Amino acid sequence: MDPVVHLSNAVAVLGQFPVLAGVNLTVNRGEIVLLQGPNGAGKTSLLRLCAGLLPLARGEAVLLGCDLRTQREAVRSRVGLLGHANGLYADLTVGENVRFWGATVGASKPEVQAALQRMGLAQRLTDVAVSRLSAGQKRRTALACLIARRAELWLLDEPHAGLDAAARDELDATLRDAAAAGATIIVASHELERAGALATRVVEVVGGQIRTPHGEVA
Amino acid sequence: MFRVARLIAAKDLRVELRSRVVTNQVLPFAAIVMVMFAFALNSDAVVSRVAPGLVWLATLFSLLILVQRSFAIENADGATDALRAAGVDPSGIFLGKAMALAVQLAVLELVLLVSAVVLYSTELRVGGIVLLLVTFVAATVGLALVGTLYGGLAGGVRGRETLLPLLLLPVVAPVLIGATRATESALGTGGATVADGWPWVGLLAVFVALFSVGGTLAFGPLIEE
Repeated sequence: MDPVVHLSNAVAVLGQFPVLAGVNLTVNRGEIVLLQGPNGAGKTSLLRLCAGLLPLARGEAVLLGCDLRTQREAVRSRVGLLGHANGLYADLTVGENVRFWGATVGASKPEVQAALQRMGLAQRLTDVAVSRLSAGQKRRTALACLIARRAELWLLDEPHAGLDAAARDELDATLRDAAAAGATIIVASHELERAGALATRVVEVVGGQIRTPHGEVA
Repeated sequence: MFRVARLIAAKDLRVELRSRVVTNQVLPFAAIVMVMFAFALNSDAVVSRVAPGLVWLATLFSLLILVQRSFAIENADGATDALRAAGVDPSGIFLGKAMALAVQLAVLELVLLVSAVVLYSTELRVGGIVLLLVTFVAATVGLALVGTLYGGLAGGVRGRETLLPLLLLPVVAPVLIGATRATESALGTGGATVADGWPWVGLLAVFVALFSVGGTLAFGPLIEE
């Protein structure tokens, strides 16, 4: 087993409000983990903590072998967060966006081309402005950016939102391929049937904590 | 840091080349401001006397739009968060955005200077060309640095469109004063000599040094908040 995420009694606070109240979670390389739970349960906060965007108030968090408290920048450079927004520049083309995000980690041209190829963007869409893409094509472009950035841990918040059935199928196939290629993926979703079928493990988040299938705090 | 800065600057300039916001909106806005000043003052002698100040005031008003635009392209689809989450060096982001802003400001100032010559009958003196160039470079860099810093500060808060002018205009007052006085000296407005202008360029240089160091250090914590 190769743990990519190891959280032990992790607590995160927004203002005075504890959004994560002692999370214990271990995710191994190549897993696709689905976070499920009601609105406000802490799914997005858990993703943001793993991305190094939400400070760890108490507890331990080791991601990709790096302590989140002391090596946050090292964690960030290896983690890809795809939230409700795609992080794309609408006036630039698909190719320019993927090249830009790849260049932030010094990705070579073949690496960028491979990322475009893997997302099925290399043929017709490379020179199309992002502003002209459908929601599904934008999602695929954002995922190509994660690949070009060499992200090892993918944190996806409601990745199926706004996509039609065909785009959802494409996205699922992409995520399975990425996991098979060694990426570790944590997905927060309300689409339990679809995301549950995709996931290798389902984790329930309630009240800022992880619950076991028997309803106990993990 | 400089690799990231070049990357960010190239990206911002490419976005501008595609969207043409500066060309189609900011330049006409600045030109209209210059014409309005001429209408409001309604006297060739007065307009000619205050032309350097009007050029820099029009630059400041246009700077507000450019800064808003510079951060709007980052916030439109969550790219600021994505840059933070990707661990991209914030100092590089700061310098890159400032470089792109400086290029856009330089184009704008050129147009404003030409407008001043055409509309206000401002005369350029050969003896003041070096001072004029150095003044424009120093003031442009200063405005770009402080604009980027305060754009980053206001970028993440609600009501940023109204907050930015409130925060930015008092801070750029030294640039407005220094650049106006130095430009007056370069143009010989009101009997000023070229030698009178260099101390004002010194003020601009101090401003640039302060905000390049301060901005590079402060930008990371600012966008983290």
